[in-house]
Amino acid sequence: MLMFALRRILVSIPVLIGITMILFIMLNVVPGDPVALMMKEHASPDVIARVRAQMHLDDPMIVRYFRFLANALQGDLGNSIKLNRPVTDLLLKAFPNTLMLAVCAALVSWVIGIPAGVLSAVRRDSLIDRFFMGFSLLGVSMPVFWSALLLQYIFAMQLRLLPVSGFYGWKYMILPAIVLGWSSAGVIARLTRSSLLEVMRHDYIRTARAKGLRETGVITRHALKNALIPVVTIMAIQVAGLLSGAVITESIFSIPGVGRITVNAISSRDMPLLQGAVLFATVLVILGNLVADILYSVLDPRIRAQMKKDA
Amino acid sequence: MGRADPILSVRGLSTAFSGDRGNVTVLDDVSFEVGRGQIVGLVGESGSGKSMTALSLMGLVPQPQGRVSAREILLDGVDLARLDGAGMRRIRGGEMAMVFQEPMTSLNPVRKVWEQVGEPLAIHQGLGRREIRARVLEMFELVGIPEPKSRLDAYPHQLSGGLRQRAMIAMGLICEPKLLIADEPTTALDVTTQAQILQLMRDLRDRVGTSIIMITHDLGVIAEMCDVVNVMYAGQIVEQADVFDLFERPAHPYTRGLLASIPRANEPRAGRRMPSIPGMVPNLAKLPPGCRFAPRCGDAMPLCTRAPELAALGAGRSARCWLHAPDAAQPLEEMP
Amino acid sequence: MAAPATPATEPETLEDASFLRDTLRAFRKNRMAMVGLAFVVLLVLGAIFAPWVSPHDPYRVALDEQLLPMSHTYWLGTDNFGRDVLTRILYGARISLMVGIVPSLVSLTIGTVLGILSGYLGGKTDFVVMRLADMMIAFPSLLLAMVVMYTLGANLLNIFLALALVGWASVARVVRSQTLALREKEFIEAARANGTARATIMFAHIFPNVVPTLIVLFSLSIPEAIMWESSLSFLGVGVQPPEASWGLLVAKGKEYIFQAPSVAIAPGIAILLTVMAFNFIGDGLRDALDPSMKD
Repeated sequence: MLMFALRRILVSIPVLIGITMILFIMLNVVPGDPVALMMKEHASPDVIARVRAQMHLDDPMIVRYFRFLANALQGDLGNSIKLNRPVTDLLLKAFPNTLMLAVCAALVSWVIGIPAGVLSAVRRDSLIDRFFMGFSLLGVSMPVFWSALLLQYIFAMQLRLLPVSGFYGWKYMILPAIVLGWSSAGVIARLTRSSLLEVMRHDYIRTARAKGLRETGVITRHALKNALIPVVTIMAIQVAGLLSGAVITESIFSIPGVGRITVNAISSRDMPLLQGAVLFATVLVILGNLVADILYSVLDPRIRAQMKKDA
Repeated sequence: MGRADPILSVRGLSTAFSGDRGNVTVLDDVSFEVGRGQIVGLVGESGSGKSMTALSLMGLVPQPQGRVSAREILLDGVDLARLDGAGMRRIRGGEMAMVFQEPMTSLNPVRKVWEQVGEPLAIHQGLGRREIRARVLEMFELVGIPEPKSRLDAYPHQLSGGLRQRAMIAMGLICEPKLLIADEPTTALDVTTQAQILQLMRDLRDRVGTSIIMITHDLGVIAEMCDVVNVMYAGQIVEQADVFDLFERPAHPYTRGLLASIPRANEPRAGRRMPSIPGMVPNLAKLPPGCRFAPRCGDAMPLCTRAPELAALGAGRSARCWLHAPDAAQPLEEMP
Repeated sequence: MAAPATPATEPETLEDASFLRDTLRAFRKNRMAMVGLAFVVLLVLGAIFAPWVSPHDPYRVALDEQLLPMSHTYWLGTDNFGRDVLTRILYGARISLMVGIVPSLVSLTIGTVLGILSGYLGGKTDFVVMRLADMMIAFPSLLLAMVVMYTLGANLLNIFLALALVGWASVARVVRSQTLALREKEFIEAARANGTARATIMFAHIFPNVVPTLIVLFSLSIPEAIMWESSLSFLGVGVQPPEASWGLLVAKGKEYIFQAPSVAIAPGIAILLTVMAFNFIGDGLRDALDPSMKD
């Protein structure tokens, strides 16, 4: 198990290096001089040249990339041009908010998605099934920014039940978590349904019935664990979707998280901040995938055995 | 059969499936008995309805497409045909258990073997984990699983096919059922393991006294295991006989065909083609009128366009064939 | 029970024709897919003939007609510049449909070529392509697209580029796995034994067999692209004013959601309906082309 985890981590390192390279190249061929942008009009060309030299902006790109990589490994992602503070500090300060949003949203999506999927599968082709599947299609097809706006309008502006935006306590988390969780609840419901339907076709379900288990027992004790293995791993991969969604949700609800930093970094053309934020998010996604693979092996004894053989 | 008080008595069991193309009757008026401590065979080609008989008895026919009806299914005096869902659940896995054909897929891959084997105890006797574990260990010893202690915490994929089938049998017997239904329990296994499993089941019958319904397409298994045999064809029982009578003097042309297609070790094989019954098992949705076997039967006669009844031939034998109908044709020559 | 196997000598065209016929029949039987198709056809017509369908000018500013409620003249009201919301949505459909189709075609082409090469050639090609795909998939899509827009500048062409860049990797993965399976099939083995050139095997023998999958992938990538574009435009790194993309319309409308909610809500409904329609079509095609993928 440990061997597998280690090997899996080793495999992600080249991917991570490749990503940093792509990211670095994309962000550093950008037209326009970040220093000139930072200093605005009131800087003389001399000053600009000196600052450029200080920031090593005139070195060849490959040198700059390795310096960036070396610094990033030590946790130094440079300074924000606009806010003139270390990018790492800004991200670490914002991350708990994003994490909280993501966890709440994930909870919402599981609490809605899994029971909906199970019910749909158990009552296949019934009215309940159609209702939930229609609902989940709606969730998948609804742009996050729009459902956010709609809920804001209804619950905050019209009914005045919840705060419109900002982040000063748990009440501020309800709408964003629902908006973000809702969109992946649909995916989880569909996956749970199809996975459970697949499992229910297996011979061991008949064996369970032959023991005299009631149908609920058959599902909870024999079908659900098997059916949820792919769902659980999707949950870990969900991280990527939640992060993308957080970018939008955080900017609509003014939550000071990593997503909002990203949007602000783009609009203020703050390259180091953008670079740091995207890198941070990507590392999270890779970690999510890692966790998914490891979870898979923990949950499924067959895969576990396979891995022992491979290792 | 001759036993006054059978453990199981099935009368008029019929099962139909409704689908897109109308109803298909897969079991038609099946009646038979299982005496106490007997091993009763159900034999026939695939599609003859033998597995469906087992699923119907167990109440495991897929719902809502399948519909089972019976005049009575008496299991030790209790009429299963009158039980509701909850009542059937109490019987299933407790008083009547089933061993399935595929030991590879019939166990849940993500749960430990002992939990699965012992689960009927939790359901029917409400035992706690420690007691269950101890009972499973006893059962593992009984069914001859080597190093039983170390197998308790194994997952199914860690056991060989033979061991899994032993575990399945242990699961079936753990609540000491009155009747065990074994649906092709050895078909998926290699020949050596097959022999061991059959030996085990015979031993269990002798030691524990379990009555067994043995479902198979293999007449070799029937000859080795069974006391009484029911031959099935196209959803009907076509012949019932004591195992010796059946092999000595098969009454139904279909049974004769089946027997003729067994390769015999003592006959020269070179240059001989295996005799087999010509034609195919009929489509249950498009049955021929009259006798269902007539299109493949060498002895078919004009009368066969009418459906024959399962008629008693004396000495516990019966056959569904006009050749033996008392009013239609001459009596079976060698019958005493 | 099973239908007798089709003899290998049977002309391929005959089989193709019946395959197509069966597929069409299965698709036509799918009610939701037909509803989706009808909606998309109407939308395409509305977008193409927008100047004739709508009596209003999408760019005309009329400050005395700001944020009017729904009426006979302005079915969905007017926005903060007094422009007709429905007309803006119709013109926005042009952008959304283009954004749905163009980048999907590009990413499908790139993904197919790389996927077949990777699956058939294996070895180094496979390794390089798949590691590249791994990287692309590890990037959160929206962030990757945002970075591209940041670097290249916010305009329609760059949206195409960004979305094509985001989409090719998953196509390549699917096509590669299908190619791997096809490579072991007898007819490919036979072609190889006959000394057929590798390029011919890949693109004359393997490619036609992945087409059904590509059709499904294409129809399902359209709604995804529409969704990404609207998100980018909503965040201000997509289509720029005065062009009207649906995401941008929602973003602009949200400032006035108190006075005139329909300005922001209506374009969102357009996105929702379009995405759903394409999803219905995609699901219908998938069920029709490959019944085994159902559920």
